[in-house]
Amino acid sequence: MMKVFQNRRSWAWPYIVFLVLLVILPLVLIGIYAFTDIEGHFTLRNFIQFFHKTEAVNTFIYSIAIALITTIICLLLGYPAAYVMAMRSFRTPAVMALLFILPMWINFLLRTIATVELFHMFNLPLGEGALLFGMSYDFLPFMIYPIYNTLQKMDVSLLEAAKDLGATRWQTFVKVVLPLSMPGIYSGIVMVFMPTVSTFAISELLTHNKITLFGSLIQRSFGEGGILMWNYGAALSLIMLVIIGATSFFGQNDTETESQKGGLL
Amino acid sequence: MRNNMNVASIDKRDTFSRVAGQAYLWLLLLVLYAPIVLIIVFSFTKSKVFGNWTGFTFGLYENLMTGYDYDAQVRVDPNLYRAIFYTGLIAVVAATISTLLGTLAAIGIYNMRQKGRRIVSFMNSIPMINPDILTGISLFLLFASIGLTRGLWTVIAAHVVFCTPYVVLSVMPRLQKMNPNIYEAALDLGATPRQALWKVMVPELRPGMISGFILSLTLSIDDFGVTFFTKGSGGLETLSTFIYADARKGGLTPELRPLFSLIFLTILVLLIIMNVRARKVKSEK
Repeated sequence: MMKVFQNRRSWAWPYIVFLVLLVILPLVLIGIYAFTDIEGHFTLRNFIQFFHKTEAVNTFIYSIAIALITTIICLLLGYPAAYVMAMRSFRTPAVMALLFILPMWINFLLRTIATVELFHMFNLPLGEGALLFGMSYDFLPFMIYPIYNTLQKMDVSLLEAAKDLGATRWQTFVKVVLPLSMPGIYSGIVMVFMPTVSTFAISELLTHNKITLFGSLIQRSFGEGGILMWNYGAALSLIMLVIIGATSFFGQNDTETESQKGGLL
Repeated sequence: MRNNMNVASIDKRDTFSRVAGQAYLWLLLLVLYAPIVLIIVFSFTKSKVFGNWTGFTFGLYENLMTGYDYDAQVRVDPNLYRAIFYTGLIAVVAATISTLLGTLAAIGIYNMRQKGRRIVSFMNSIPMINPDILTGISLFLLFASIGLTRGLWTVIAAHVVFCTPYVVLSVMPRLQKMNPNIYEAALDLGATPRQALWKVMVPELRPGMISGFILSLTLSIDDFGVTFFTKGSGGLETLSTFIYADARKGGLTPELRPLFSLIFLTILVLLIIMNVRARKVKSEK
């Protein structure tokens, strides 16, 4: 016991064991299930089955498109907001940033249901428009926060230098502010794209099940179908995992992105 | 003279863009808060259907508090209260385990050599990157493969999975700021390792542990995806899964409206307190 306490490196071991058993092993299991049939024999049938179903492939492509559009909407709406909050010249009260994060504390399902109600009140149809609105609404703070953070940390003297050297406002923005805020933009894109591409409940509620997204397709494989669909569902999950892996690679520095997420909550 | 005019026009343009910027922010906030305001407004009417105004009343708040609807002579869905209870229980237990596990892990990782540190940090980031549906399904497959019946404990384990990384990340900066020798100093001065941990390390790390704990609580309470796949079919519901089931059935339990209005107000107050505290800590530095 003494020895264990003295060698503080070993204090991480309980967590390492925990991570291996409840994070690594389960992910490996997705892979195993994806490449086996129900009796446990190796097969590629689960993937073949997916690529042969036009409907499933279309859903997949559609989900990525929706996630991309949502991400773009969030970027177009969120960047100006982050800019106005971060730049001193706008003299935005500091509490404003807090106001943008606050809605995140209301259960997102309930917020989504309230959004549906809002659409009902204005007699708007539930469908693609509602889906895009609802998802942008749900994830906008994830875009604003990292951009706001990088803009706030920016060295103000750079702006003054640009101004002194005769740059117009627009030039200063394009040549100085925008390049410097790229890390925040990357983080924001990753933080919005990942949850939107994998969502399954929000889309059902926002469209009254009219539109099925890839996440819902995966969820259903583990639902009513019972054990028969698990292998197929695991194959779909593996495809999702690949997308997520690729996206987080795009985000370059994951730990930074994630600590942003932490800061947001 | 010309110079003066220039200054004046720049001032004007500044004022204009400032006003436009502020207006944009308020417009965005208006849209962002509209659904929440809707929930709060309709918590003061008693209609069963969300969005129907049938006159101002505190009826739903009374129902929520007493568990009985005196007008309709029926009990408020008892499952709602069970869901509230389990949401709280799971959050507190999972956050406590996560805080202990994550703090120990952070100390361990901090004392590791470069390579080990990088590997563990990478593993630590997986649950944060993984979307909830993948965390949920992977754990679902794990529990199914080892034949574990899903229920309260599997949900708690799953919540510890996605909460602990954030505790590690909240404690780590405190460790980096701490003088690395004080633990040894305590030992040299005759403290037992246990004393050195509790009397020297923990007080130093406490702010990080507290923010990790609070973060874990909010993550746990807000979670839907992971809980959905790990709760099993034994009737265990948290507020999130309860709302989901409710919405799929078509009607939302009306008492959810006052419940979330109250939660929102509580969080608003808590946030203000936390914000004030954070500012105090900052100014102390």
